[in-house]
Amino acid sequence: MELTLWTYEGPPHVGAMRIATSMEGVHYVLHAPQGDTYADLLFTMIERRGRRPPVTYTTFQARDLGGDTADLVIRTIRQAVDRFQPEALLVGESCTAELIQDQPGALAGGMDLGVPMVNLELPAYSKKENWGAAETFYQLVRTLLKAQLPAPGTPKPSPSRWREEGRRPRVNLLGPSLLGFRCRDDVLEITRLLGEHGIDVAVVAPLGARPADLLRIPTADANVCLYPEVAGPVCSWLERSFGTPVVRSVPIGIGATADFLRELHAVLDLALPADLETVEGQPSEAERRSRLPWYSKSVDSTYLTGKRVFIFADATHAIAAARIASRELGFQVVGLGSYSREQAREVRAAAAELGLEALITDDYLVVEKAMAEAAAELVLGTQMERHSAKRLGLPCAVISAPLHVQDVPARYSPQMGWEGANVIFDSWVHPLMMGLEEHLIGMFRHDFEFVDGHRSHLGDGAPASASASTAPSPEEASATSTAVATAAAPAAGTITAAVAVREALESLWTADGEAELAKIPFFVRGKVRKNTEAFARERGLERIDAEALYDAKAHFSR
Amino acid sequence: MGVSAPPVQPSPADLNPHLHPDLLKESGQREVFCGLTSIVWLHRRMPDAFFLVVGSRTCAHLIQSAAGVMIFAEPRFGTAILGEKDLAGLADANEELDRLVKDLLERRPEIRTLFLVGSCPSEVIKLDLAKAAERLSAQLLNRVRVLNYSGSGIETTFTQGEDNALQAMLPLLPSSDEEQLLIVGTLADAVEDRFRLIFERLGITTVRSLPPRRSTDLPPIGRGTRVLLAQPFLSATARALQHRGATLLSAPYPFGVEGSRDWMAAAATAFGVPLARFAEVVDPLVERGRRALAPHREVLAGKRLFLLPDSQMEIPLARFLSRECGMELVEVGVPYLDRQLMAADLALLPADTQLSEGQDVDRQLERVRAARPDLVLCGLGLANPLEAEGIATKWSIELVFSPIHGCDQAGELAELFARPLRRRALLQLS
Ligand code: SF4
Ligand code: SF4
Repeated sequence: MELTLWTYEGPPHVGAMRIATSMEGVHYVLHAPQGDTYADLLFTMIERRGRRPPVTYTTFQARDLGGDTADLVIRTIRQAVDRFQPEALLVGESCTAELIQDQPGALAGGMDLGVPMVNLELPAYSKKENWGAAETFYQLVRTLLKAQLPAPGTPKPSPSRWREEGRRPRVNLLGPSLLGFRCRDDVLEITRLLGEHGIDVAVVAPLGARPADLLRIPTADANVCLYPEVAGPVCSWLERSFGTPVVRSVPIGIGATADFLRELHAVLDLALPADLETVEGQPSEAERRSRLPWYSKSVDSTYLTGKRVFIFADATHAIAAARIASRELGFQVVGLGSYSREQAREVRAAAAELGLEALITDDYLVVEKAMAEAAAELVLGTQMERHSAKRLGLPCAVISAPLHVQDVPARYSPQMGWEGANVIFDSWVHPLMMGLEEHLIGMFRHDFEFVDGHRSHLGDGAPASASASTAPSPEEASATSTAVATAAAPAAGTITAAVAVREALESLWTADGEAELAKIPFFVRGKVRKNTEAFARERGLERIDAEALYDAKAHFSR
Repeated sequence: MGVSAPPVQPSPADLNPHLHPDLLKESGQREVFCGLTSIVWLHRRMPDAFFLVVGSRTCAHLIQSAAGVMIFAEPRFGTAILGEKDLAGLADANEELDRLVKDLLERRPEIRTLFLVGSCPSEVIKLDLAKAAERLSAQLLNRVRVLNYSGSGIETTFTQGEDNALQAMLPLLPSSDEEQLLIVGTLADAVEDRFRLIFERLGITTVRSLPPRRSTDLPPIGRGTRVLLAQPFLSATARALQHRGATLLSAPYPFGVEGSRDWMAAAATAFGVPLARFAEVVDPLVERGRRALAPHREVLAGKRLFLLPDSQMEIPLARFLSRECGMELVEVGVPYLDRQLMAADLALLPADTQLSEGQDVDRQLERVRAARPDLVLCGLGLANPLEAEGIATKWSIELVFSPIHGCDQAGELAELFARPLRRRALLQLS
């Protein structure tokens, strides 16, 4: 048993729903109790869809459990097929149905439905949403392509067969789905980008695809694995079974988009266009198609240098964000983590490159605590981190699912490709204090309007914790970890201990030490406090006064 | 429930089964919430209580989806997610639960009442949460009361979760035959204060509420207690209160001017308030409420309304919208029909109203499409899809989160229904 207040992912059947709902012509019969239809809201409200998800639930109740629930399953399948006439059917269970073991998939298998049927086995007590989506997508593709499997020993198709066939190369875009982060616009952006390089898109799936489209998957020269969380297993299987090469670079960020294009050209045996050649470590011509490189180089961005950023997201977006932050915006990544256990290895590798240890967890309190301890100045995370950041008074931008309705915007907002980088520049820099304001607040600390922590371009005044009181530096890590302990402590066992340590440290500060600390601009104050305390501990100081603070500052500026 | 329960006053609807002739009973896919959802408002009503669902990731996901942004403010609810180990052995599961509860309470010493909320998974594996609650209550004597109720989808629909939660609290209510008026069912704070004030003006001085604002502030109960149900979904609680000697007052529910007046009148009659006094206090409220209703009535009158089953509030709302706002009722769907608790409202519905109980959502939607009503009351899983088909909707969950009870709120209540229609008229997008 595990106490959970917030879950980054839903149960695996929600992943299966994402596949069914992303596609056309697929129906999903879900053996589930009355009440599990709540999941429809994710699609009708968050994704704002004007259609009901193609899901029929058995919605059994307690009184059905006495009788024949298997019969209910059969009836429901029959009616769903009659009513919706799908081109392929998914049959599966929710967590409760898994316990009563009616084997709906096996029942459907014996029914002669006249449509391809996939029996989904998604262990709800050990796996989660993304795993469920990946497994469903994989099983569906596998079922539909069974008849096309080449005989063992058949040679791999040449990736350049397009040349022999006298046509443009074509690839599949695999992975985009509903409730994924900005998939709608990523697909548009990448399709356009490929078009510019003379590459066609064969099938986009699951988003917008019909079962008939999945049958065309083997006609592509390569598979582009846009979202490994959803399409990783299917791409590997297609590679094994059909010999279709996979492009695994995810084109989020300037460098990653360039890498993606290079990998794609290599895989397709296409000559690398001149504008993708790098000369002497200079960015290639193509990279200047995005405004991010110039925006990031322009003097206005100098103040972004070394901003401490904490990143937590699904693996794909976390890894991409870490690269953009460190190499393209000049931030310092002070924390990197993910809730995607399936891709933990990749996240660990990306963290190691930055000299960090990756945080792999699905406990949001652990993430919040790490965020506070890293003394971050900017948080890039999920919907959840948005709220932790708010509580800690930190600027934040959302970079990954789980998402809320505001992250399915009406405007064009890709994350991928050149335009995606533009969107990223704006949305990550926006929450930070603008440079001029940052300077003026550092110089004049007595303003009645532009108070400590104020970001007037956001029109919201100071972060809640900063404006809350006149007590010395209330928005620091210390205060916030105390707030966390009292407000949200349930699952974070170590916090109580941390608070004790913190209180001991706090008592070290003299009044003039505190006063000096209060003069440090709020967004770095947490860091300065920590450094000073570390310095004091190291030197065995009994008091931390203003002089100790400056000693520490000099010590750490080396 | 028990045969010994004194029946509420029989109403015309009960006496004449032909009044609402063809009750449509349906079974099939039900597009409703489970009772866990009630936690979303109950935890705000009683801030010193914690709601611990014992269930699966699905249950955790449901609450977080339903609670939206609120979950972050200061979580007073959570889910103990069952793992494979718990499924393998109930002994382990019980031990795990005890451990988890102790951890929780150590870190949240301010919790006074802990509700262990049963879910479908916990009920299917027959995890005995009632016994767990007893065991933990004994261990935590005088510190925390541990109660148990079911919010599972297999047992409860949406608001029924509150019914079960209140029922679980009843054994803790002290016994007293003191004369009092007990208002049962969650009310918005401001609405509750307002009702108390009005009852005070009527000379009814002892007015208490269930659920209370603090979980430890439990009202006493006994022969002197007269119960007014503020919410129509409290079947089990109402009957249990009767078993404790309380008298259930029969009245329509306090939605709209008429319903609220009759509801207050039921109490006034029971407490022997002179008619003149009642008129003096309530008439001005009725008058003002009607004035507030008028502009909305202009939008709503003559419009055809279809209500899908959701919260049990459908019948009283249909009564208000037809009688006070002039809407025509195409179909009034309820998740389940408790004729006794609905008697007064049923009697006030137009005689030919089509009622339906239960749901087969695809067939019901066919009826919606065939009837092309002007407005459909439905859940959020159906609202946008219907809008996309050109059918105006009012999403129903808002009704349990808004202050809609009482004469003073009649205008707001009507506004909730008029707004989508006014909006459609405003938008010049084809
Ligand atoms: S207000 Fe600021 S901190 Fe809060 S979510 Fe928006 S950008 Fe992030
Ligand atoms: S319907 Fe059952 S399994 Fe689903 S969320 Fe509600 S209690 Fe949990």
